[in-house]
Amino acid sequence: MAETPGAATLRKAEHEMVVCNACRYCEAYCPVFQAMEQRVTFSSGDLTYLANLCHNCGECLYACQYAPPHEFGIDVPHTLSTLRVESYESFAWPSFAAVAFRRPWIATIAALAVGVLASATAARTLRVRDADFYRVIPHDTMVLLFGIIGLFAVAAMAIGHRRFTALADPKGPRRSEGAGRSGQATADALTLKHLHATGEDCVDAEETRRPWRRWMHHCTFYGFALCFASTTVAAIYHLLLGWIAPYAYTSVPVVLGTLGGAGLLIGPVGLFLVDRSRDPQLTDASERSLGSAFLALLFLTSLTGLILLVLREKPYMPTLLVIHLAIVFALFITLPYGKFVHGIYRAAALAKFRREESL
Amino acid sequence: MIPESYDVAVLGGGNAALCAALVAADRGARVVVLERAPREFRGGNSRHVRNIRCMHAVPTDVLTDAYTEDEFMADVLRVTGGITNETLARMMIRASADATRRMNRFGVRFQPSLRGTLHLGRTNAFFLGGGKALMNSAYAHAGRLGVRVIYNAEVVGLTMRDARFESATVRTPDGEATFQAKAVVLAAGGFESNLEWLADIWGEAAKNFIVRGTPYNTGTVLRLMLDAGAEPVGDPTQCHAVAIDARAPKFDGGIVTRLDSLPLGIVVNKYGDRFYDEGEDYWPKRYAIWGRLVAQQPDQIAYSIVDSKVVHRFIPSVFPPIVAASIRELAASIDVPTGTLAATVERFNSAVRPGTFDHQALDDCRTEGLVPNKTHWAQRLDTPPFLAYPLRPGITFTYLGVKVDERARVVMKGGGVAENIFAAGEIMAGNILGRGYVAGVGMTIGTVFGEIAGKGAAGG
Repeated sequence: MAETPGAATLRKAEHEMVVCNACRYCEAYCPVFQAMEQRVTFSSGDLTYLANLCHNCGECLYACQYAPPHEFGIDVPHTLSTLRVESYESFAWPSFAAVAFRRPWIATIAALAVGVLASATAARTLRVRDADFYRVIPHDTMVLLFGIIGLFAVAAMAIGHRRFTALADPKGPRRSEGAGRSGQATADALTLKHLHATGEDCVDAEETRRPWRRWMHHCTFYGFALCFASTTVAAIYHLLLGWIAPYAYTSVPVVLGTLGGAGLLIGPVGLFLVDRSRDPQLTDASERSLGSAFLALLFLTSLTGLILLVLREKPYMPTLLVIHLAIVFALFITLPYGKFVHGIYRAAALAKFRREESL
Repeated sequence: MIPESYDVAVLGGGNAALCAALVAADRGARVVVLERAPREFRGGNSRHVRNIRCMHAVPTDVLTDAYTEDEFMADVLRVTGGITNETLARMMIRASADATRRMNRFGVRFQPSLRGTLHLGRTNAFFLGGGKALMNSAYAHAGRLGVRVIYNAEVVGLTMRDARFESATVRTPDGEATFQAKAVVLAAGGFESNLEWLADIWGEAAKNFIVRGTPYNTGTVLRLMLDAGAEPVGDPTQCHAVAIDARAPKFDGGIVTRLDSLPLGIVVNKYGDRFYDEGEDYWPKRYAIWGRLVAQQPDQIAYSIVDSKVVHRFIPSVFPPIVAASIRELAASIDVPTGTLAATVERFNSAVRPGTFDHQALDDCRTEGLVPNKTHWAQRLDTPPFLAYPLRPGITFTYLGVKVDERARVVMKGGGVAENIFAAGEIMAGNILGRGYVAGVGMTIGTVFGEIAGKGAAGG
């Protein structure tokens, strides 16, 4: 059984949910309040579920008649933000890696250092005249290296997901459950429904509703998805069709990768700026730095990837490749220990919400 | 210091005040809002409200079914026992028909009608996020219209000549300041937070009252206006009070301090005796009388006692119940005479007649031979652990106000009308509600008379 998130934060969240449950003015804002109303008491599992269901849209802070400086001191977005990060820590596998959630920048720099070491070691030569990446690092070496850390990251996140489910969703999805409900939950996640659930955008500050947070998240998420698709298509070309890289600028992998790369340049910068301009009372500082560290890695991955694409014919291509792969390595290895995991737990919480709604 | 000069000065900062300010500013008037509270607690009692009662002939985006003028009027007559000005009430009801759409224009948002507390979805439109969100939207719009809002501004003096308003003097943390205006809107609420004034009326008992809303409704403007010769309206000795958890903060506890457990068990005073039929009617229809009932008990305290069978049948209180394994133990922990409480429960239990419990209906579970009997939802208190919630009177608002005419102008003693003095909201609610209350009508009064006052103050 996973260790539960911090007891002090749980107590604060429980107090807030008890006040909210007696008030219920916010019930039309989002699923957090609708899920809360289904409960009379709040276990650590319930609170962890609600924390991960919260999109931090912020409406309920400004609407709250009990928000600070009222003596009840209710700040649901901030409390759930703190609890969310603590829940990420508690689900981390292996458990000692949870420290990465508390020190995201140190973890990122350490991962980059290991990445440089790994990709420099894997590089056979830094002198190549054409755009042939595999002469710098052989294809099989690349597949082996990223295959291993990719599988490790997937395994770590799968274990985290199981720990989340054990605590927050012990009854889990039922076999009898129709595909419709999980389909709706997936749509809720992919459209970021609850960042505009009231028909308007979420708030950056009191009475300041802006679409940027949602759009920049879409740029980031779909940018990431396109890059992933690009790599998948390239793997099919290589392994099944025997078409060896480099591919033309108009080829499917390059077009997908370029579009995705553009998304991963715009999205992370946008999200970073949005986060900085949002009312700091809405989000715990730990969640903000977790986000910034992840955004930095995404941005650097994309930036070095696009530079590499443009300058792949140049003699210093091998150095660029080593740097790019070092960053990709750091991105992969920190996936289970950074902001990325919010997507896993959010999706699980959204699925649970849709399931409860159908009962 | 040279006084600042405006077209319209609005005294108060709740919904009625902002409706007046927005309507006046929309018509081009230069408006100043003098709000006594700091920004964080702005909005008077409107920051604690949930919904507004509106008539409508057909379903709307925010209201289900239909709620006619006559039905609304019948509700007002029922709760006030006829102590209302029917002309003003009907005028208000007709104007409520489009109120939500007019508020939409000011950026106010409502819940879709098929969400939330459905039993009120027909008669009342729910503000998305409640009253504080409403006030945030209104203040944001006031900013867009160039309305000047001054917080921490307590009105300490009104200068009038021959029932004409000339200026208002306010005390702020930076000192006193005077604001001249061509017209004034009085929208500063009642006097329910003025503990001395309450004590003048209710004596010692008043010190045990809890004020559910803002601490800033001390009735200063009301007092100044009555002293200046305004015709009073509403019973000066009455207030609206409900029974709330005795552990609530002295002010501003709002909605969460309410208790819904009362009809599911028994209610005893500090001597351990029952004193009223807890099952008289549905709780929303009866909870308003319990404030007065508790206020009439010794030391203004009572206890709602339930057993664990019914724990999941009421909205959980924000304060934890006092729990004990037996009635005697419970009596000891709430400091009620053990023998008396045990005897009260024993008598109650043996008086319970068999019936089919249904807390959604006026069921046939009742007692026989008790004084007073419990006429519905009477079940034996026999399943430990037993729970107690302490109760105190929680005062919501006072009825005393200033009389107004159809244009929301203040009527002076002797029948004259103050041409440039308008009133809206709780300070004149007594014109409609001589007594009693029905959910959301306070916001109807504030919105409609706020708009009329704002229009009049801006020159018609």
